[in-house]
Amino acid sequence: MLKTFPKGGIHPEENKITSSKAIKKMPIPKVVYVPIAQHIGIPSEIIVDKKDKVEIGQVIAKSGGFVSSNIHSPIAGTVTKLDMIVDTSGYKKQCIVIRTDQKNETNFEEPVFPLKKEITMDQKDILQHITNSGIVGLGGATFPSHVKLDLKNDNKVDCLIINGVECEPYLTADHRLMLEKADEIIVGIQILMHALHINEAVIGIENNKKDAIKVLKQAAQSDKRIKVAALQVKYPQGSEKQLIKAILKREVPKGGLPMDVGVIVHNVGTIFAIYQAVQYNRPLIERVVTVTGKNIENASNFWVKIGTPIKDLVEEVGGMPEGTRKIVNGGPMMGKAIKNTDVPVTKGTSGILLISENEASRQEAKNCIRCGQCVFVCPMGLEPHLLMNLSEKGLYERLASEDAMTCIECGSCSYVCPSHRPLLDYIRFGKSIIKKLNTAKN
Amino acid sequence: MSDSVLYSALLLVSLGVIAAIVLYIVSKKFYVYENPLIGEVDEILPAANCGGCGSPGCKAFAEKLVNSDDISELFCPVGGNDVMKQVSAILGKEVAEKDPTVAVLLCQGSCEVRPKTTLYQGPRTCAISSMVYGGETDCQYGCLGDGDCVAVCDFDAMYMDENTGLPVIITDKCTSCGACVKACPRDIIEMRPRNKRDLKIFVGCLNQDKGGIAKKACDVACIGCSKCEDVCPKDAITMDNNLAYIDPVTCTLCRKCVEVCPTHSIIETNFPPKKIRKPKEEKPKVAKVASVKANVESEKKPADA
Repeated sequence: MLKTFPKGGIHPEENKITSSKAIKKMPIPKVVYVPIAQHIGIPSEIIVDKKDKVEIGQVIAKSGGFVSSNIHSPIAGTVTKLDMIVDTSGYKKQCIVIRTDQKNETNFEEPVFPLKKEITMDQKDILQHITNSGIVGLGGATFPSHVKLDLKNDNKVDCLIINGVECEPYLTADHRLMLEKADEIIVGIQILMHALHINEAVIGIENNKKDAIKVLKQAAQSDKRIKVAALQVKYPQGSEKQLIKAILKREVPKGGLPMDVGVIVHNVGTIFAIYQAVQYNRPLIERVVTVTGKNIENASNFWVKIGTPIKDLVEEVGGMPEGTRKIVNGGPMMGKAIKNTDVPVTKGTSGILLISENEASRQEAKNCIRCGQCVFVCPMGLEPHLLMNLSEKGLYERLASEDAMTCIECGSCSYVCPSHRPLLDYIRFGKSIIKKLNTAKN
Repeated sequence: MSDSVLYSALLLVSLGVIAAIVLYIVSKKFYVYENPLIGEVDEILPAANCGGCGSPGCKAFAEKLVNSDDISELFCPVGGNDVMKQVSAILGKEVAEKDPTVAVLLCQGSCEVRPKTTLYQGPRTCAISSMVYGGETDCQYGCLGDGDCVAVCDFDAMYMDENTGLPVIITDKCTSCGACVKACPRDIIEMRPRNKRDLKIFVGCLNQDKGGIAKKACDVACIGCSKCEDVCPKDAITMDNNLAYIDPVTCTLCRKCVEVCPTHSIIETNFPPKKIRKPKEEKPKVAKVASVKANVESEKKPADA
């Protein structure tokens, strides 16, 4: 019996159409739109001005605080303007618009990074590199990585978990990365273990990626400290808390962090970014994005420069298929529909999903029939039907006391509801109000 | 036969007497002194329990009025100056005098002038859709049209116009309690003074985008051209973030700005038709917007809505 988390969970249709497609390089975009709020926390501060020339990897926006991150220029070119562009949040946000210098050869060179196994830096340097390189959690949450690695003395971390679960349907970005960059990922893990003095690391991979499990097991053979754990296929196993429970059987306390149970979790994408930052001093300026959908002919995985407009990606896979109703940034479960294709790819974009009309439309919400499905599938052990009612009626204090804040917004409840009730919409809304009330109190 | 009637009558009477005694003792023992003034003030208050004063209801507001030493900060927007004067007479405390206000809608983005560019299928409340994204149109400042304001209005002073997709405020019924202002996630509703004959001039737009972008999203958007600011003789108009704002206190209702606004985003209400000096220069669209607004506002809400 394979390991998994014990409570709740669902298994939606996998639809991993692109799992056999190797990651292609996207052509260099003509213009990139780099938003300054790509991570959770304080937005970065712009340090370039209109008409400035920028180089690849040059810092263009400086970290705005501790929970923030540097942003680097993904291309060499000229800053044409500092504009407000609709980003993945659905609102206009500050963006740095850079026009690619077509004559500059560095833009079109393919830098080669041969595997570099020796770790020469000491602990402090490694952490400094990670901080400077603007690395954030690439699984989708975009939490600045250096914050996770900033260990307080009283927190003893004994295990590093690498998240290669990719439980979202459709997405295959992490899967392909594990297949193609297995050795680099192992070195990346060793770098972190070296920096944090951890002697155990487990890579968690769901069993629908048997090839990735095999490849990584082989790559990790030389290092006895790194194990690969095959996990049962169940959504939302990629959530930090569920993954820790599945692999180590440890439960993160309510309102706590993985650190409290001696664990740090990083996505495989993040590990690869850390590898590049430490070994080659290359900041986070590109990431793997799966562009997929049932009606797309050339659905595939791409190395995409941060700031590339999504329309470039759609063009690359053969244009928008007829009857497309929704464009989702991320996977179908947790992703968010975007307003138009001018929205740029950010550090958190793991996939672009084009959904047709009949798949996208939401059915009319009917009354709750008290079947208890939502309670059954909730991985956090909450009562989604109750939380929705409380949120709808504006009983926010009661909502907070029913632990609404522990909801991980996986959407399993809305997925299974036979009455098509917008459970997560209301819970998310209630959470935002509770957050506001809490900040008002403090 | 007569015995059983007698017994049952006696039993009931004695039960009644015992209950009366118990009630009397309890009412004496657990007597709570309440300032009789609270009741008196509560009588005067409008009993709307709308929460416009900031208290949870009229009774709570009455208590607050009686118990606080300084009530110059407290005001019942529904009762207005009349009620506050009566309160002042009872309590012998100074009360503030405020100009009566009325809610106005700072968005004219109807379905016709502001085309929808996306489709929203989530729960139809402004609060949730504003959390998800900037709205179905390209204007992220304007009305979302899901009627959170109408839902909270206790006085039936608002309804959704199905043709325009915007809420309409029935000025006669509006008590300026401010519930709609709080409910609107976009802050589109503003309380402005209710002048004589309800004459108002205000900018019916909140779009802070640059002119071109704003105009593309909505035909009647304020494009920030500053023409109104230049023409205003009293400096009542300020420009901020590509958006004009007319200060209701300084504004003398001269209507010069209305004429110069190229996008007709400045709204005038309840003005009599202007004396025509040069008949050819009359601007039909301005007049139309204003008169439509005026008509709608004075109309009664349809009985079935």
